[in-house]
Amino acid sequence: MRPPLPLAVEAAAVRAAGTLSRLAGRGGGTTLPGKLLWKLDPAAIDALAARLPQGSVAVSATNGKTTTTAMVAEILRPRVRVAHNDSGANLVSGVASALLQARDAELGLFEVDEGALAEVTRRVWPKALLLGNLFRDQLDRYGELELVAARWREAVAALPHAKLVVNGDDPQVGALARPGGRVFGLDDPRVARPALQHAADSKYCLRCGTPYDYAAAYVGHLGDYRCPKCGHARPPLDVTARDIELRGLDGAAFSLVAPEGEARIELRLPGLYNVYNALGAASLALALGIGLDDVRDGLARFSAAFGRFERIAIGDRRVLVLLIKNPAGANEAIRTLVEGAAPTVAVIALNDGIADGRDVSWIWDVDFEPLLAGLDRLVATGSRAAELALRFAYGGLDRDRIEVVPSLDAALDRGLELTPPGAELTVLPTYTAMLALRGTIAARGHVTNYWERRS
Amino acid sequence: MKIRVGHLYPDYLNIYADRGNIAVFLSRARARGHELDVHAIGMGDTVPAGEIDLFYVGGGQDREQELVAHDLAAKSGPLRDAVEHGAAFLAVCGGYQLLGRFYRDVAGTELPGIGLLPVHTFAGERRMIGDVLLECEWAGETLAGFENHAGRTILDGGAEPLGRVVSGFGNDGVSGFEGCRYKRAYGTYLHGPLLPRNPWFADRLLEEALAHAGIDERFEPLPDDLEREAHAVSAARARSRGGRF
Repeated sequence: MRPPLPLAVEAAAVRAAGTLSRLAGRGGGTTLPGKLLWKLDPAAIDALAARLPQGSVAVSATNGKTTTTAMVAEILRPRVRVAHNDSGANLVSGVASALLQARDAELGLFEVDEGALAEVTRRVWPKALLLGNLFRDQLDRYGELELVAARWREAVAALPHAKLVVNGDDPQVGALARPGGRVFGLDDPRVARPALQHAADSKYCLRCGTPYDYAAAYVGHLGDYRCPKCGHARPPLDVTARDIELRGLDGAAFSLVAPEGEARIELRLPGLYNVYNALGAASLALALGIGLDDVRDGLARFSAAFGRFERIAIGDRRVLVLLIKNPAGANEAIRTLVEGAAPTVAVIALNDGIADGRDVSWIWDVDFEPLLAGLDRLVATGSRAAELALRFAYGGLDRDRIEVVPSLDAALDRGLELTPPGAELTVLPTYTAMLALRGTIAARGHVTNYWERRS
Repeated sequence: MKIRVGHLYPDYLNIYADRGNIAVFLSRARARGHELDVHAIGMGDTVPAGEIDLFYVGGGQDREQELVAHDLAAKSGPLRDAVEHGAAFLAVCGGYQLLGRFYRDVAGTELPGIGLLPVHTFAGERRMIGDVLLECEWAGETLAGFENHAGRTILDGGAEPLGRVVSGFGNDGVSGFEGCRYKRAYGTYLHGPLLPRNPWFADRLLEEALAHAGIDERFEPLPDDLEREAHAVSAARARSRGGRF
């Protein structure tokens, strides 16, 4: 058996590997050091996490985990130095890389892939865990929703001392609530949807299988539910968002009502799903003992997480990038777009890499239809561009309005060409398409690569 | 002509974009001057005898599938009669399993099927996930799609598969067959959804539904440029990364 290397030597060696990877031009090198460490000595990850003087917190969800975690980081920034996997590398290797990079960190703040929750938490032993939502996502990778929920129940049971901050509006997640934690949710039926969306997932009672009655359905199956048969209902909320104001693409505001008091939260990010993200981030921060003022100020400063919602100037035009990756997330992106100004030209990029999901059937569960009326031209791109074009054609968009341009770069150029000077081009990419497009835009000098962004 | 479609359990069995298949039926029927009358047939609803030309049932997660299995068993008689009298039927994934005689899970518990197709299914250890390409000699065509199932479906002796697996797992990962067809009923694991990129199969089902309604019609082909391109990409995916044990 190989004698274990001293942790410091090991850490220095794998950090150097990350630098080499970047110098060699192989993308961000964000997970290479972590992957190496994991291979060399997985227990070293536990040791690095155990060194953090304030311990760790973890955030997981199908949708919004990157944004929510970044919001928490912004709230904490003036007070605490954090080790944060802020480029979305959210498996064990990404967490390991964040631990390696932030050597003087006081607190670990980790976004965790919903499928990797148990694996990460049994290494970093978070003192608090924020669980946001569970939607159907990449069934080819994660398996069925019920399976992910069962794994979460096990992961949470193995952490009896962690504070659980859970979204009570999601039946599967709300069921995890326990004393000492926080339950958050929305309390503003004015912004509810008239009916459950097509792709709503957990719409049958967890206990008896009867369809829930919704007093308000906010995003997908998230809302104020009650089973008409057995009475299983949304748990009582500790932290709520009231008087929600949605300002199209320009932002949102809400009143945060918590045991600590009340504050008006102003967000630069749009959409009800970002209200959920902010509410979750606020609940976690409050649970960590951060004051209401710091929560409010941090959320007001927050602009966007990597690639999720970005506006980038390209010459005399702008590009609006909204990540789409599963039906619930894409539906909210579209709802937000249409409530602002529905685009006349859109570039929609569908890749089928492992990180996107190889199974592209989810696009048929997305409600793209609200976009159709205003859409003059669709540029369908990515490795499954034709499939996406079919989705719109069978959705009712005239085939003459659809252009299939599989090359992402060429599609971006075509979209810009169709966009008048001074106007904005809407781009909706899946995950790997977003990375590639961002790389192209960075190479042209318009945005900074994420691995160069850290201060 | 109105083609009467019975969509079984759309609220429960809809996991792999089943509404895409329905959208294809609607659009391609309309292009030939026919309208579709889509009825949802849900829990506790009766199946109107002789009044449905084309049935559709999709896939669900295990939980949803269990919720509907017993209700479906109660509809077994009218559904089998409909197929014996020439109604067309497409069943995808979980719906395909439920049309067989039974589904046995890992613990050995059996979920009843309706025995409309000569197959049975048992749960395997590993899920079979990936792109698939089939050759359907009976039609002189191919089908490209995506599969994701733990169930191993076994054809009875003499039963007709939907196709021969060119790439991918198929019914059970070993037999080289995928799906099952019986009269005008077809069961398959292929989703994606199946029909947008395999328009010949949608047209065939619509023609068969029309035949049930007493209309003998062969459709003129549609341009289908996007469909051909999507099929080609999907078929290439299956060839390069279709699953095998």
